[in-house]
Amino acid sequence: MSTSFLIVQSGLAERLRKSRWPARLDLLQSGTGLLLAIFMWGHMFFVASILLGETAMWSITRMFEGYFFLGDAHPRLVSGAAAGVLLLFVLHALLALRKFPASYRQYHILRAHIKAMRHEDSRLWIWQVYTGFALFFLASAHFYQMLAWPQNIGPYASADRVWSDGLWPFYLLMLLAVEVHGGIGLYRLAVKWNWPGLSRNFLKRLKWGLTGFFLVLGLMTLGTYMKIGFEHQARYGERYRPAELPAWLERLAPEGDFPRRDPKEDAP
Amino acid sequence: MSAETFHRHITLNILRYNPQDADAEPRLQSYALEEADGMTLFIALNELREHQDPTLQFDFVCRAGICGSCAMMVNGRPRLACRTLVAELPAESTLTPLPFFELIGDLSVNTGKWMRGMSERLETWLHARETEPDLQRIEERMAPEIAEAIYELDRCVECGCCVAACGTAQMRPDFAGAVGFGKIARFRADPRDTRDDDDYFELIGDDTGVFGCMSLLACHDVCPKSLPLKTQIAFLRRKMALIA
Repeated sequence: MSTSFLIVQSGLAERLRKSRWPARLDLLQSGTGLLLAIFMWGHMFFVASILLGETAMWSITRMFEGYFFLGDAHPRLVSGAAAGVLLLFVLHALLALRKFPASYRQYHILRAHIKAMRHEDSRLWIWQVYTGFALFFLASAHFYQMLAWPQNIGPYASADRVWSDGLWPFYLLMLLAVEVHGGIGLYRLAVKWNWPGLSRNFLKRLKWGLTGFFLVLGLMTLGTYMKIGFEHQARYGERYRPAELPAWLERLAPEGDFPRRDPKEDAP
Repeated sequence: MSAETFHRHITLNILRYNPQDADAEPRLQSYALEEADGMTLFIALNELREHQDPTLQFDFVCRAGICGSCAMMVNGRPRLACRTLVAELPAESTLTPLPFFELIGDLSVNTGKWMRGMSERLETWLHARETEPDLQRIEERMAPEIAEAIYELDRCVECGCCVAACGTAQMRPDFAGAVGFGKIARFRADPRDTRDDDDYFELIGDDTGVFGCMSLLACHDVCPKSLPLKTQIAFLRRKMALIA
């Protein structure tokens, strides 16, 4: 065993030269948070493609499955991407845990402090803790779905999951938690590193604007999936097949013979 | 406007507790008094002590926002009593001692004890790597902008408001606090101090230091001297992160 371990075990850690890890962990927490926030926005736009129509959402789903590049749809590509994001998520959650109140005593003091102080940024932080805690469970369940059944993404498949499988309350909660957490997180990231050096007032207005925009977009998107799912419930399990694609996209489709048999048709 | 409206009757609910008395329980005691023109909270407290309750404990020295002694929680937020006009407060206000620091009694806390400990831990004094100080040497000239930057950071009066407002400090009693970071930033800006960022990392490069700061920024928002704490902490965080 190294001497430094023995020194730390002996309660003399303060006598050692300071580890560089707290700095690295801080950078990693900020970095993973930034990447997850960027992902979250991209994801929201992709999912919201349903607002442009079922064919738009189908095309985006197929694009991520490599249909337009590889000649066939490979839903496992989506699982692979989800696994990468899961890794970021787990790392971010692990690092964020360092900041959580770790005992009832700490929580009790902090709660009283925030309530009495009536300070907006402190209050926003406690909401970040609450929503982050909720995401431990909500996002984990969503990741499991995407890893295990990546073939069940599509205009009808997703709508069936939202409506007939009764998951819309789950998505509603996750939407609220993600948008609140991510919005506050990005604002805090900007003030924490003072980059870009914009004023706090501007950053806060931007933060609320973006949170509001993505919440409205998310609610409209969820509402659309619920509507499609409701109308499609009698044909639960049936997959969407576009009648036709825009000419430019059809040129990208394999063998140029679109519409053709959808490989997802075989999926249960 | 009638004198009646102008001079309100105000109520101050003050947390009373004597930690030296084993039987004492913390309690709120209400005091009523008439507001006067230009009355600060410091004046109001003195009036209470002189005319209503000589046992009331609170601190003050300068009465002008320079000594930092009269910091207390006013309606849940840290403020200097001498810089708080009663006219700014509602008709009924609550005064409690600064949290985090050792309580002497009522509104009086021992900020000095903690400040000294923090100063010793963060070595907030000029470090010049000289083997033998030359007392005859003329002090080197300093560019005015550097002197001003140092002066700007040296305006801290160590009142403790930033630490009392800090959510991190409430959870972590070993947290250095914005006052500590301000002092490190002050010596880092001073060309006479020969320490480099590796040395400063040894002082604030962990979770009790700059990486423990959660950027809640209450320190920045309550600082009675309006010190640029947000930018200074972010600056130190960037510099310390570069060491990693």
